[in-house]
Amino acid sequence: MLASDLSILLPEIILAVFAMLGLITAVYTSKDGLAPVLVWLTVAVFVGVAAMIGLSGGPTQSAFGGMFIDDGFSRFAKVVILLSAAAILLVGQEFMVRDDLMRFEYPMLITLAAVGMMVMVSAGDLMTLYMGLELQSLSLYVVAALRRDSARSTEAGLKYFVLGALSSGLLLYGASLTYGFAGTTLFSGIFEAAEGGASLGLVFGLVFMIAGLAFKVSAAPFHMWTPDVYEGSPTPVTAFFATAPKVAAMGLFARLAHDAFGGVVGDWQQIVALLAVFSMFLGAIAAIGQTDIKRLMAYSSITHMGFALMGLAAGDEQGVSAMLIYMAIYVTMNIGTFAFILSMTRDGRHVTNISALNGLSSREPVKALALLVLMFSLAGVPPLVGFFGKYAVLVAAVNAGLNWLAILGVIASVIGAFYYIRIVYFMYFGEEREPLDPSGNRLAMVGLMTAAAIMLLGVFNLFGIDDLAMAAAATLVN
Amino acid sequence: MGVVDFTFYLFSLTTVLAGLFVVVARNPVHSVLWLILAFLSTAGLFVLIGAEFVAMLLIIVYVGAVAVLFLFVVMMLDVDFAELKAEMAKYVPLAGLIGVVILIQLSMAFGSWQFSEGFDGRLGNPTPALSEMHNTEALGAILYDRYFLLFQLAGLILLVAMIGAIVLTLRHRTDIKRQNVLAQMYRDPAKAMELKDVKPGQGL
Amino acid sequence: METILLFAPLVGAIICGFSWRLIGEQAACVVSTGLLFLSMALSWIVFFAFDGETYTRDLFTWIASGSLDTSWQVRIDRLTATMLIVITSVSALVHLYSFGYMAHDEHFREGESYRPRFFAYLSFFTFAMLMLVTADNLLQLFFGWEGVGVASYLLIGFYFRKPTAGAAAIKAFVVNRVGDFAFLLGIFALFKLTDSINFDVILAMGPELAEMTISFLGYELNAANTIGMLLFFGAMGKSAQLFLHTWLPDAMEGPTPVSALIHAATMVTAGVFLVIRMSPVLEYAPYATNFIVIIGAATAFFAATVGLVQNDIKRVIAYSTCSQLGYMFVAAGVGVYSVALFHLFTHAFFKAMLFLGAGSVIHAMHHEQDMRNYGGLRKKIPLTFAAMLIGTLAITGVGIPLTYIGFAGFLSKDAVIESAFAFGGGLGLYAFWALVIAACFTSFYSWRLMYLTFFGTPRGDRHAHDHAHESPMTMLIPLGALALGAVFSGMIWYNSFFGSVDQVGRFFGVEYAEEGEVGAEEAHAEEAGDPVIEGAAAEEAGDYAGEDAGGYGEAHYVFTGAPGDGAIHIAPDNNVLNDAHAVSTWVKLAPFIAMLIGFGTATLFYIVNPSLPRRLAETNRPAYLFLLNKWYFDEIYNWLFVIPAGWLGRLFWRRGDGNIIDGGINGLAMGIIPWFTRMAGRAQSGYLFHYAFAMVLGIALLITIATLSFGG
Repeated sequence: MLASDLSILLPEIILAVFAMLGLITAVYTSKDGLAPVLVWLTVAVFVGVAAMIGLSGGPTQSAFGGMFIDDGFSRFAKVVILLSAAAILLVGQEFMVRDDLMRFEYPMLITLAAVGMMVMVSAGDLMTLYMGLELQSLSLYVVAALRRDSARSTEAGLKYFVLGALSSGLLLYGASLTYGFAGTTLFSGIFEAAEGGASLGLVFGLVFMIAGLAFKVSAAPFHMWTPDVYEGSPTPVTAFFATAPKVAAMGLFARLAHDAFGGVVGDWQQIVALLAVFSMFLGAIAAIGQTDIKRLMAYSSITHMGFALMGLAAGDEQGVSAMLIYMAIYVTMNIGTFAFILSMTRDGRHVTNISALNGLSSREPVKALALLVLMFSLAGVPPLVGFFGKYAVLVAAVNAGLNWLAILGVIASVIGAFYYIRIVYFMYFGEEREPLDPSGNRLAMVGLMTAAAIMLLGVFNLFGIDDLAMAAAATLVN
Repeated sequence: MGVVDFTFYLFSLTTVLAGLFVVVARNPVHSVLWLILAFLSTAGLFVLIGAEFVAMLLIIVYVGAVAVLFLFVVMMLDVDFAELKAEMAKYVPLAGLIGVVILIQLSMAFGSWQFSEGFDGRLGNPTPALSEMHNTEALGAILYDRYFLLFQLAGLILLVAMIGAIVLTLRHRTDIKRQNVLAQMYRDPAKAMELKDVKPGQGL
Repeated sequence: METILLFAPLVGAIICGFSWRLIGEQAACVVSTGLLFLSMALSWIVFFAFDGETYTRDLFTWIASGSLDTSWQVRIDRLTATMLIVITSVSALVHLYSFGYMAHDEHFREGESYRPRFFAYLSFFTFAMLMLVTADNLLQLFFGWEGVGVASYLLIGFYFRKPTAGAAAIKAFVVNRVGDFAFLLGIFALFKLTDSINFDVILAMGPELAEMTISFLGYELNAANTIGMLLFFGAMGKSAQLFLHTWLPDAMEGPTPVSALIHAATMVTAGVFLVIRMSPVLEYAPYATNFIVIIGAATAFFAATVGLVQNDIKRVIAYSTCSQLGYMFVAAGVGVYSVALFHLFTHAFFKAMLFLGAGSVIHAMHHEQDMRNYGGLRKKIPLTFAAMLIGTLAITGVGIPLTYIGFAGFLSKDAVIESAFAFGGGLGLYAFWALVIAACFTSFYSWRLMYLTFFGTPRGDRHAHDHAHESPMTMLIPLGALALGAVFSGMIWYNSFFGSVDQVGRFFGVEYAEEGEVGAEEAHAEEAGDPVIEGAAAEEAGDYAGEDAGGYGEAHYVFTGAPGDGAIHIAPDNNVLNDAHAVSTWVKLAPFIAMLIGFGTATLFYIVNPSLPRRLAETNRPAYLFLLNKWYFDEIYNWLFVIPAGWLGRLFWRRGDGNIIDGGINGLAMGIIPWFTRMAGRAQSGYLFHYAFAMVLGIALLITIATLSFGG
C-alpha cells in the first residue's frame, strides 16, 4: 500500500528530496556562490517534473486513503504551476544577482513552495489541504521578506504573515465546523454528508473556508495584503506571487468547491459570484490611481482573479475549464509583464514608477510593442489571447444562468482597460523625461518576447489549452 | 449532573472566559497569563475525553514553552499597548456591531445544529479503545501509518520554518571572534603552555 | 476566366498599394496597369464569346442567414459583357495615360510617393466597378456600388493638400449617401416582398410585384412603382441626375484621369446600369419610368444650359456628362433599355476621350484649367487637338443624316431622341424637345470649348503658352485608342442595340416572336439561343445600312421573353423600339439640325465675332449669372440643407454630445470612478488592523449572505 501510494506522490517526493539535497549541498560547499547553479538546476527539475506529470496521463488515482488525489485536473494545474515557477526563476535570475539577493535558499524555498502548491491542488482531505497551504504560504512569507535589510520588504513579509495567519485561522475554523458537521475531513465524505442539502453549520464551514482561500487568491475583500506585499517584495518574488500560487489557490478552490461541495453548488455559487464581482470592480477601480507598476499589477491580479472566480461561480464543468484556461493565459501574460518590469532600470537601479515608461516606444520600439501586446491582452482586447480567456469565463457564466455576473464582468473589464491602455499611452505618447536604461537583462527579454508572441500566435488555437482544460475539468466535476 | 459533566462545564467556561480576557486585558502580561489559563483548562478537557497524551503535550509544549516564550517577548519588547488600544478604540463600536452580527448568525447555525446523515459511520473511531491500546501508542500508530503523508508534510513545513528563520536572521559577520570547537578540543597542553619553575625571590 | 478578369484589378491594387516599397514605384504601377490590360483582353474575349445565354459563376458564399442567401457570383449576360469591355478598356487606357499625366505633380512635395497610391486606387475602383456590374444579387451590387463610392471619394480627394478637393470629396460622398439610402430602402422592400435579393428571383417577379402593394404610413403604394422609384433615387445619386447632381462638377477637383474614368465613363453610368438591370421590374412600373423620363430629360436640358457658360474646361465636360446621362435615362425610361446601354457604351468612349484630351491640354498648360487663359493651342499640341476634335464630333453627333454612317454619338444620341419621340404622348414630346434643345446646346458648348482652347489668340500667362508642349506617348496612345471607339463603336453595333426587334433580341438573349403569334414563342426559343457572333452583327449592320429606314417600321417581331430572361426585359406590348424606326423624317433630322445650329452659333460667337458673348452676357446679366451659378442649386442646397444640418449638428454636438453624453461619461469616468479610486486608495492605509478589519467585514458579509440565502 505504501509503495503504491508513494509512487503516486513521486513528483512531490522528487521535488522535496531535491530541495533538501540542494540545501545540504549548498551549505557544505560554497553557499550562496552555488545559488545561480541551483536556480538552473531547479528550473531543469521543474521542467522535468512537469514533463513527467504532463506525459503520465492515466486514470484518476488516490493515495493515502483518498487524502491525495492525482487526476487530470491536478495534473493540468501542476504543469502550469511548475512551468510558470520555472519561467519566473529564469526571468528573475539576473535581477536577483544584480540586487545581491541571490541566496541559495531562494530556489529551494521556491521548490518547497511548489511542493506545497502541488499538494494543494491534489488535496483530497481538509488536512492535506491545510498542510499544502501552509507549506506554500510559509515559504512565500519568507521569500517576501528576502530583502531583509529593506524595511519595505520586511514589512511586506510581516504583513503577509500576520494576515495569512488570520486567513489560516478562518480556514481552520471553517474546516473544524465542517468536520463537526460531517464527521470526516475527507472530501469524498463531506460530499456524501452534504448530499441532499447542507445544514447552515456546514454552509458556514464552507463560507469560512472560502474566506480563507479568497485570501490566498487575493479576492476582494480579502485582498488588502496584495498591493503592499507586491510592492514591498523583491520584484522576482512579486512575479512569483502573481503566478504559480494563484493557480494553486484557484485549483484548491475548485477542488474544495467541487470535490467536497459539488453537490450543493447553489449554496456557494452566490458567494463566489459576489467575491468575483467585488474583485473585478475593486481591482479595476483601485488600479486607476496607482503610480507604481507593481502595485498596479497587484490590482490587476485582483481583477483577474475576479474573472477566474466568475468561471468557478458557474459551478459546472464548463466553468472549471474556463477557469483553467483563464489561469493559464493569465499566468503567461503576467510572466511576460513581470519580465518587462524586471528589466526596468535607471542608472542601474530598479525603478517601478509608471512614469518611467514615458516615451519608451521611441527608444525601444520592439520592447514597447511587446508590452503593448501584453497590455492589450491583459485588458482583453480581441483578437489577442487574453480576450479568449475572458470570453471563456463570460460564456461559462452566461450558460450557467449568471447573466448579471457576465454583464458586470464586461463593465468591469471596460473600466479595467483604462489603466492598461494608460501604460500604452505613456509608452507611445508620453513625454520622455528620464529614460530607462537600455535593457541588458537577456533572459527577461526572452520571457517578454515569448509571452507577447504567445499572445499573438495563440489566437489560432490557444495551443490546444482549451481541450486540455476541458479534459481536466471533466475529471474534477462529476 | 455528575462529576464529569460538572467538570466539563467548569473547564469549558473557564476556557471561554480566559479567552475573552486574553483579548480584553489591559496589561499584556496579564493577557499571557490568561492564555496559560486557557491552555490549562483545555488540557483538562482533553483529559476528560481520555486523551491524556494530548493533554500533557498541551501543558508541556504550550504552557511550558510557547506561553513562557510569549511572556518573555512581551516583557522584553516593551510595546505600549495602551496606545495601540487607544487607536483601536475608535473601531470598537463598529467592531462590536460586527461581532454581534457574526455571533447571532453563528448561534443560529449552532442552535439548529444537526449532524449530517451517517455522521457516526463516517466519524468512526480513529484510535482503538483505551482498554486495548495505550493512548500514546495509538497516536503513534495512526501518525506514522494513516497520516504518514500529513506527518511528512508537517515535517516539511517545519523545515521551511527553520530555513526561514535562518534566511531572515543569520548574518555571517567577519568582525567577530568565533568559537572554534575543534581547535579547542585539539589543543594540546604540552604545546600550548610551558611550565616554568619560578624560584622564590628570583623572578624570571 | 471571369474570375481572373474580376480579380486581376484587385490583385493589382493590393500589390501596387501595399508592396510598392518592395518592388519599387515604377514596377508597382506597371504591374497594376499590366493586370488591367489582361483584364481588358479577357473582357473582350468574354464579350465576343458570349452567345446571349446568361450564365453565372459561383465564387463563394457570402451571407447565409435565414431566407437571405447571398453568394459572390459572377453573372454574365449581354449587359454585363458590354459593361465589362467599357470598364476594363477605359480603365486600362486611363492607367496607361496616368503614367504620363501623373509623372510630376505640383500638389505633392518633392520625393513624396503618390503614384503607387493613385494606381492602387484606380485599380481598386476598377475592381469595385466590376463587382458592381457582375453582381448576381443586389447585395453584391451594393457592395460594388459603395466600393466605387469609396474609390471615388479617395480619388476626388487625391490632392489632399487642396482644401477644395477635400470638400468636393466629402460632398460627393454625402450627396451619394442620399441616393444610397433610397437604394437601400429599395433593396429592403424587394427583400421583404420577394424574400430574396438574387436577380434570378426578383427579376422574374416583375409582373407579380406590380400587383403587390406596400403599406406605408397608411398609404397603399404599388410595389413595383415604389421599388422602381427608390432604386431610381439611388441611381440619381450615382449618376448625378437633377437634384442630386451637384457633386459631379465639384468632383472635377480630382486628377483628370480620374474624371475620365470615374466621372465620365464608368461610375456615373452605374445608375443607368442599375435601371437597365432592373428593367424586368421597371417595365411594370409605369409611374417610375415616367418619372425617370422627366428627370432624365430635365437633367439633359439643365446641364446643357449650365455647360454653355462655364469657363473651367473640365467643368464644361462634367456638365456635358451630366447632360448625356440624362439622355441615357430618357432612353431607359421610355423602355428601350438597349438604346440606353448603346448610348452608355458610345458615350464612355468619346467622353473618356474628351476628358483625357482635356487632361492633355491641362498637362500642356501646366495645370491651368480656365479656358479663358487658353487659345491658339491648335499648333502647339496638334495631336491632342485632333483627338479633341474627334471627341467633339462624336459628342455633338456628326454624321450623315438618314443613313447609318456617323460618329458614335450621332447614332446613339439620335436613337435616344427618336425613341423619346416614339414614346409618344405629352411626356414623349416633352422629352423629345428637351433632348433636341440639349443637343443644340451640347453642340454649342462643345464647339465653344474647342474654339476657346485651340483657336484664336493665346490668352493668359505667356510663360505657360510658351512652354506648352505635346504630351508623351503614354498619354497619346490612349487617346488614339479611344478615338477608334468614338468613331466606329456606333456604326459597328448600331443594329445590335437599336436594330429591329429580332436583332436586339438575339443580341441580348431575349426571346421574341412574330407579332400575332405571341403564344408560339417556343418556336423561337431555340433561335434566341443561337450564338450571335459580332462579326455577323457587323455584317448585318452593313446590310441594313443600305435598306430603307422605313423598313423598320413594319413590326415583324415583338419581344416575348419572360421577365428575368436575358439581359434586359421589354414587355411584349412595348413597341417603342419598332416605333422609333418609323418616326417621320423631320424627327430624324431634328437632332442634326440642332447640332448645326449649335455649331453655327458657336462659330459666330467665338470665331467670327468674339466680342459678342461678352455683350450678350452683359445685356442679359441675370440670365447669365443664373447659368453661371448653375441655377443656384448649390446656394439653395446650402441654405436648405447644409446650414440647418450644420446648425442641428452643432446642437447635438454642443448640447447632446458635449453636455449630455460627454458630461455623463465624463461624470462617470472622471467623477465617480476616481472617487471610488480615492476611496479604495484610502482604504489601503497600510495598517495591518485595517486590513484585518476588512477581512472580518468580508466574512461577516459572506455569512450574512449565506444565512439569508440559506433555505431560500
